[in-house]
Amino acid sequence: MHLTDFQIFLLLSLVKVAVVLVITLTAVAYTVLLERKVIGRMQNRWGPSRTGPFGLLQPLADGIKLFLKEDLTPLLVERPLFLIAPIIALTCALVSVAVVPFGAVTLFHGVDLFEVANVNVGLLVILGITSIGVYGIALSGWSSNNKFALLGSLRATSQMISYELALGLSLVGVVLRAGSLNLRTIVDSQSAHGALSWNIFGGLQIVAFFIYLMSAYAETNRSPFDLPEAESELVAGYHTEYSSMKFAMFFMAEYANMITVSCVATLMFFGGASSPFGHLTDFGGPIAMGLQSIFWFVFKIFAFLFLYIWVRSTLPRFRYDQLMAFGWKFLMPVAIVNIILTSLAMALHAKV
Amino acid sequence: MQLALFIIFAALAIAGALNLLLQKHPINSALSLVVVMLSLAVLYWSLGAEFLAAAQVIVYSGAIMVLFVFVIMLLNAGEEEHTTGSRAAYFAGIPGALAVFCLLSFVFLRESKAFGSVQLSTAPVGAMSNIAEISQVLFTKLLLPFEVTSILILVAILGAVVLARKEERE
Repeated sequence: MHLTDFQIFLLLSLVKVAVVLVITLTAVAYTVLLERKVIGRMQNRWGPSRTGPFGLLQPLADGIKLFLKEDLTPLLVERPLFLIAPIIALTCALVSVAVVPFGAVTLFHGVDLFEVANVNVGLLVILGITSIGVYGIALSGWSSNNKFALLGSLRATSQMISYELALGLSLVGVVLRAGSLNLRTIVDSQSAHGALSWNIFGGLQIVAFFIYLMSAYAETNRSPFDLPEAESELVAGYHTEYSSMKFAMFFMAEYANMITVSCVATLMFFGGASSPFGHLTDFGGPIAMGLQSIFWFVFKIFAFLFLYIWVRSTLPRFRYDQLMAFGWKFLMPVAIVNIILTSLAMALHAKV
Repeated sequence: MQLALFIIFAALAIAGALNLLLQKHPINSALSLVVVMLSLAVLYWSLGAEFLAAAQVIVYSGAIMVLFVFVIMLLNAGEEEHTTGSRAAYFAGIPGALAVFCLLSFVFLRESKAFGSVQLSTAPVGAMSNIAEISQVLFTKLLLPFEVTSILILVAILGAVVLARKEERE
C-alpha cells in the first residue's frame, strides 16, 4: 500500500493526538496520587496505601467511584449552561497541550513526532486557550443557583483576569530574547550551552520566572491562592453543586492546567526538552536522542509538579485583598520593569 | 479546505449574531457574542493573520467578554421583555440596513481585484511571521495613531478610577 504525503500526515497526526491525550489524562490521574502521597508524607502520615502496591491503583479506584456515583442535577439550575461549563473547563485545559513541543525535533516522513502542532504563535495560542477556560469556572458558579458557588466563581474569575496580566507580561522578556512566539524557536534560543544558557540563568530572567510562577499558581487556583475553593468559607467553591463525572471533569481540568502551566514554565525558562548538560551528553542515534529529550522534559515537569505540591503543604492561604494587592501593586509593576530592563539590555547589546 | 473553513465559521458567526439578538437572557446573549468573536478569530487565522487571531481571542473573548459575563453575573440581571419595537426602526432601519448592505457588496465586488488574496499557510515552520510586519507598521507608519490610542485608553482608565473612588470620599 502506498500512502501520499497528506495521508501520512493525517494518520500520524491522529496517532499523535490520541497518544498525547491518553498520556496527559494518565499524568493527571497520577498527579492526584502523587499529591496525596507527598502531602501525606509531609504531614507525617502514609497517604493512600491500600489499593494496589504502594496505592498505585488508587487513581483507577477513584475513577470507578466517580463514574458510578449518582449524577445529581439540582432542580433550579440553568440547565444548558450547567451542563456545558465542565465541558468548557476540561476541553480548554486539554487542548493547550497540543502546541507543546515535548521532545527534540524528530522527523518521520516529514512529520514532527514530538509535537502535535507546530504553530507560529504557539505561546499566544496557549495564553488564548487559558483565557477561554475562565468561562467554564464563571458559568459553573452562576448556573448552579447557589450563593457559595457564585461567590467562588466570582473570586476565581476576578483572580484569573487579574493575574493573567502579570503572567503575560512576565513572558515578554523571554519572547524579546528569542525574537519569536514559536515555542520551538524559544526552546532553541536557550539550548546552546545547557543550563548556563537557559533563560532563568543565562538569560537573566530569574525575576520574570518568579513572577510567572506566582501568577501561574493564581491562574490555576492552587494554594496559596486557592480562595475560589476555600472550603472553610465557601463549602467547595464553584463546583459545590456538581457530582459524579461532572465534578471529575473540573477536578481533571485543574490538574491538566497545572501540567500545562508546568510545560510553559519548562519551555520558557528551563530550556524545554534540552539537556541541562548541553551537548556533552549527546550520544546514540536519533532514537536515543529523542528518548533522552523526552526524559529531560518529563523530569522538569515532574519537578514543577512536586514544587506545586510542596508549596501547597507549606504556605497558608492569602486573604482576598492581599491577593488583589499582590497581583496588581507588586507583580505587575515588577513585570513591567523587567520588560524595560530586558529591552534596554538588548538594545545596548545590539549597539556594542 | 479554506473555503470549507470559511463557510463553517462564517455561518457560525452569523448564527451567533442572530442568537445574540433573539435570546432573552443577557448571559446567553453575551455567550453568543463570544461565539461570534471566536469564529472571527478562526476567519482571521484562515487568512494567514495568526497574530490577529490570537489577539482577538485573548483580548475580546478572553478579557472583554469575561468582564461582560462577570458584570452580568454580579448584577444578577434578569430576563428582558421583548417589545414590538418602535415604528421608526421599521421605517428607517430596514431600508437603511439594506442600503448599507448594497453599498458594501457593490464596493467589494467592484474592487475585488485590488484586494488580492492569500492562501492558508501550509508550512508554518520557518515561514516569515506577520508579527514582525505588524509591529514594523505599527511603530513607524502608524506611530501617532498608536500613541494617541494609548493615551485615550489611559484617560479611560483614570476616569474609571475617579468614578470608583467618588463614593469613598462622601
